[in-house]
Amino acid sequence: MHISTNPWVWIAFFFTLSVYTFLWKDNFLYKIAEHVTVGVGMGFWIVLWWDQTVVGQFWIPLSTNFGTNFHLIVPAIMGLMMVTRIIPKYAWMSRYALGFTIGAGAGFALPRVIQGGILQQLYATLLPIDFSSTGLGYNLIIIIGVLSSLIYFFFSKEHKGVFGGIANIGIWFLMVGFGATFGYTVMARLSLFIGRVLFVLGDFFGMQLF
Amino acid sequence: MNFWKKLEQLDRRIIYVIITLAVILPFFFRLGLPISISPEVKSIYDYIENLSPTDVVFISGDYDPQVDAELTPMLEALVRHCFKKNVKVIAANVYNPQGVGLVEPRLKKLAREYKKVYGVDYVFLGWKYGGTLLIMRMGEDFQGAWEVDYYNTRLEDLPLTSRIQDYDDIALVVSLTGSGAYISWIYYAYVQYGQKLAAGITAVMAADSYPYLQAGQIIGLLGGLRGAAEYEQLIGHPSLGSAGMEAQSWAHIAIIVFIILGNIGYFKIKKK
Amino acid sequence: MFWKKQFPLVIVFVMGVVMAVQYFIPHSASEFVYDNYLKWGITIGIFGHILGYFSFFRVHVMKVKKKTPNWGYSLLAIFCAIGMIIVAALDGRGTGGYYMNIYLYTSAAINATVFSLLAFYISSAAYRAFRARSVQAVALLLAAIIVMLGRVPIGNYVSVWTAIGLPSTYDISQWILNVPNMAAKRAIALGVGLGSLLMTLKLILGIERTYLGNQ
Repeated sequence: MHISTNPWVWIAFFFTLSVYTFLWKDNFLYKIAEHVTVGVGMGFWIVLWWDQTVVGQFWIPLSTNFGTNFHLIVPAIMGLMMVTRIIPKYAWMSRYALGFTIGAGAGFALPRVIQGGILQQLYATLLPIDFSSTGLGYNLIIIIGVLSSLIYFFFSKEHKGVFGGIANIGIWFLMVGFGATFGYTVMARLSLFIGRVLFVLGDFFGMQLF
Repeated sequence: MNFWKKLEQLDRRIIYVIITLAVILPFFFRLGLPISISPEVKSIYDYIENLSPTDVVFISGDYDPQVDAELTPMLEALVRHCFKKNVKVIAANVYNPQGVGLVEPRLKKLAREYKKVYGVDYVFLGWKYGGTLLIMRMGEDFQGAWEVDYYNTRLEDLPLTSRIQDYDDIALVVSLTGSGAYISWIYYAYVQYGQKLAAGITAVMAADSYPYLQAGQIIGLLGGLRGAAEYEQLIGHPSLGSAGMEAQSWAHIAIIVFIILGNIGYFKIKKK
Repeated sequence: MFWKKQFPLVIVFVMGVVMAVQYFIPHSASEFVYDNYLKWGITIGIFGHILGYFSFFRVHVMKVKKKTPNWGYSLLAIFCAIGMIIVAALDGRGTGGYYMNIYLYTSAAINATVFSLLAFYISSAAYRAFRARSVQAVALLLAAIIVMLGRVPIGNYVSVWTAIGLPSTYDISQWILNVPNMAAKRAIALGVGLGSLLMTLKLILGIERTYLGNQ
């Protein structure tokens, strides 16, 4: 085990500890870290935006092949019109660009969501039921689970009688599903902490971790 | 005040200390617990294992630093596997510019380790604007969609990307994400172009992704740090994911003990 | 008034219908519209980003100008943002350069640490709030505990009952995730799918128009 001599690792270590001081209470070290990450992140993004999108996606195609790409000037102006949103008098101009992208986005989503989000999900639910362990232990339960959970979400009819009974089965499935999500959420949050511990022990203290 | 009442009002900082110890101590006292391999992870491994050196895997690091701890081990394990098999890698950040700073250094590090040549064995495209539009554009004209790589070299000037026209030239797309980005890949790349997809997602999202896995819309799933650890075991190269698994084990035990104690206290107090 | 309010709705309707119908028409004209819109949509978005950057600087500059409490931190944020731009201009964006290292060892490290604080909060919440108040809550609690145990290596060690042929926590967690959890999440996914479908229809038909703003 040897402490890192890399100044960058020391900087990251300092900020890591600064953030953890928040567990005691809010303080200036945490606030400094908070604003450094916002500022650096924004600067990082602006550089990428300029170099990768304005130059890479707009200027290079326009300058290398103006004949076929000259029409890109029109959407560029439309994009700039979005900035009028900050001037109340001219804010309506941003609606053209917004209408263009929102309308097309909705149009793109419509058939693809029907296909991928609804139909393919329904096909996958229509499973064969037989007396095998898969048929009873998996497929039948999946079909019952999907149908009863869907019925639980159907609020146009009062949850009474047989309908209410099926909805009640749906609640059990949903509870198990939420339990699984909670279990996985605990795992996720701890993984993030483990990630920082791996940095401190491995990168800063130079411990052999694997 | 009785014992259970006191326990219920336990200072939060004591809980924090216990969790910290549960995470840190396993790094000093290791048990060497083996990790079981789940079918959803194995299916991604098998798919890449059966690719030929001319095949291309497109890895999109659609994630932020917030979830770096979970997703970078996956990125490294997947890239290692591809490099070992001589499968070509194109990495990019379709959804997230912040991911550029996380993917680029790791990709370069692994390329050095496996002596891979930039532009021939792997390419880093960085971030371009578009999200779903970019995904769709890749299906029509891959080179037109990206134009240049991260270092502003035109794709037609790089041997690897000069032969990629659309999704037909990509064997597998892997979306590494802490959001619903993988669902966009399903809607706009799988549904429309039939592109084979795999997802590497944070554990928070993992339970929600099983319907897509069962429907065959994704060929496999890496869920959280555990998914990364399983993949590391499969490629025989334990790294960050595997290193964290023992700490994860003991921290889970600590949380389960918290839940049980909290509930015992709740029922004891309620009884009185 | 038509040009300010109704015309954007007309654009949304036309674009929505054209792009939805285009999906079903494998004709070169349809492909032409589709491919060119993708280029246009991307270009609009590129320049639309300016709005976001402007908002960032406006918020922080106003705080500094008005000397609101903690305005010094806003000054720091502005300094860091401009600093990154200067560093990239002078040193480039490559591996090992200042631009990449500053990001990786400050912003990325801080962000990762901020989110790791959630590990402490969820531990505290598990202790104080995760109560078996009903039979259904017990199902939730048990599923959570089994998944928590089944997804970590130690789960196999605590599954002492495997000696008599019963499934381990790993096996049970796999079944929970692939069967009841999958069924419940599919029902939710179908609901989300139907919901987003209705939202797209509301947008195309001009029923949903909050994106127009207040003016």
